[in-house]
Amino acid sequence: MTGIWRMIGQRLLLGVLTLFIISLVIFGATELLPGDLARELLGQSATEETLAALREQLGLNEPAPVRYWNWLTGVLQGDFGVSMATQRPISELVGARLGNTLFLALYAAALSVPLSLLLGVLAALWRNSVFDRASNALALTVISFPEFFVAYILILWLAQTGLFPSMVRITGATTTGDLLYSAFLPALTLTLVVTAHMMRMTRAAIINLMASPYIEMARLKGMSPMRVVLRHAVPNALAPIINVVALNLAYLITGVVVVEVVFVYPGLGQLMIDAVTNRDIPVVQAIALIFASAYVLLNLLADVLSTVTNPRLMHRT
Amino acid sequence: MTVLVSVIVGLGLSFVIGLAARAALRAAAPARHRPMFRDMPLTASFGLAVILAYVVVAVLAPVIAPFGEGEVLGDQYLPWAAPHYLGTDKLGRDMLTRLIYGARNTVGIAFATTALAFVAGAVLGIWAALAGGWMDQGLSRLVDALMAIPALIFSLLLLTIFGTSVLTLILVIAAVDATRVYRLARSVAQGIVVMDYIEAARLRGEGNWHLIRREILPNAMAPLAAEFGLRFCFVFLSISALSFLGLGIKPPTADWGSMVRENATLITFGDITPLLPAGAIALLTVAVNFVVDWQLQRASGLKE
Repeated sequence: MTGIWRMIGQRLLLGVLTLFIISLVIFGATELLPGDLARELLGQSATEETLAALREQLGLNEPAPVRYWNWLTGVLQGDFGVSMATQRPISELVGARLGNTLFLALYAAALSVPLSLLLGVLAALWRNSVFDRASNALALTVISFPEFFVAYILILWLAQTGLFPSMVRITGATTTGDLLYSAFLPALTLTLVVTAHMMRMTRAAIINLMASPYIEMARLKGMSPMRVVLRHAVPNALAPIINVVALNLAYLITGVVVVEVVFVYPGLGQLMIDAVTNRDIPVVQAIALIFASAYVLLNLLADVLSTVTNPRLMHRT
Repeated sequence: MTVLVSVIVGLGLSFVIGLAARAALRAAAPARHRPMFRDMPLTASFGLAVILAYVVVAVLAPVIAPFGEGEVLGDQYLPWAAPHYLGTDKLGRDMLTRLIYGARNTVGIAFATTALAFVAGAVLGIWAALAGGWMDQGLSRLVDALMAIPALIFSLLLLTIFGTSVLTLILVIAAVDATRVYRLARSVAQGIVVMDYIEAARLRGEGNWHLIRREILPNAMAPLAAEFGLRFCFVFLSISALSFLGLGIKPPTADWGSMVRENATLITFGDITPLLPAGAIALLTVAVNFVVDWQLQRASGLKE
């Protein structure tokens, strides 16, 4: 038991270190500009006064390490600074939208994870059957689609007929039931995009194991194929499957950006696109940090979970 | 109902294209390569045919296209009728013409970006594997840190800082994707640099550049070629996504991603015109994926 806690502790430390480096990269990226940020944002025609005012506002007069330290300590206390476009505190802008985005990602995860595991196990079970080939070809096709293509097909097909709304409005009065209904199309789009990948990987992970001696043994005992897969293959394939699921959930985080724009969903992704268009750098930095942290955390979780399900992994290197 | 019919027609058509392409390839291939095409799956021959068609359209765009790329010809959103076979867009430009030019612009830019990412990533990756030591460690840890940030998010951050233009788009996406290529190239090359023939070449006194070009690259070609195909798909999709979001290729340049965005309102009237550029993106990505899948199967010798 202590081994597991030590491993989790190590991974957590590593995660914190990764986050620290990410924050350095996200902050330091602005330093890559040849000139200074204020001139880049205001263009060549800016007067010295406006430049000085903007520099003052962005704190550009301080040396970079001091600015980084101020930014980092602010972020740790939940203060991301002030948006350049709207002059409002970023934490206020981000707050409500973060919840919406998490809701959409969780919604899509709740649909896609069971679906893809089921399809993957079935495809592995009926290997080389018509079902397997068809689902494989279909999955490969869907992986190759841009998210907005899937989204517009769904709109044309399901929203045109009036079954589901193609735009998501969230007000204070929206109940969870309404939200589940109105966010169905964006969630379905994300589901389709990630299910294909997860299903293929689940199938591959199980088929990889089917050649092992203990599977052969189970088969020779006269076990039914279903039982062989469920009792012997799936538990041993859990580690790669968990990794794939986490990878795809992490992918959901970036996938929401495009999908939110298509469905006018009031989430972080749309806020980020607006901020990029306005070159509102503090907002973009804040959201990039949030997305990247979620990504790191999910990978961390996957690492810990897959080690717990397969103790052999604990003794690697 | 119409959806079902079009799906069936589409599947039938691709089946026929696949069969025809396979027959043509078998006949045209020199005897030495014929076995490769003999047991080629239909999906792969379909993919090859589609890729070829895109290349032809991209190269011959000015000859095939009925009108000029940015020409405003009439009312906006005209229905599908001659002479505008696919109607017009929101500024009254011919949709078919812009689709054809899109093949040149979108695919061309994606290809240039992939090539750039590939040259940078592969050269650095192989060089790191060859050099080893602190150079390798430093570079690899840097790449690890950059890869911990999701690709799309990192590209958005860089585009905010450097501004959005086609050149920055190419450079940003190439930089982000080069980290992924670097990872693969380094791990492939690491398996090769420990081989005896590398040792022998070193003892002959060959320089690093010669080692990379004559000894390592030829042996790393198969995985790198497959990676090139996959990388192209990623780059193509991210450029299209960014253009769709209004941050990539800017009008009046005809580009499939921004064409979807410009004409998206038509969807709400049940018009499928905006799906055409999106479909063009999807079709090419599917085709490349099919071919890569086939090559990977062949390379691994897997006959499931």
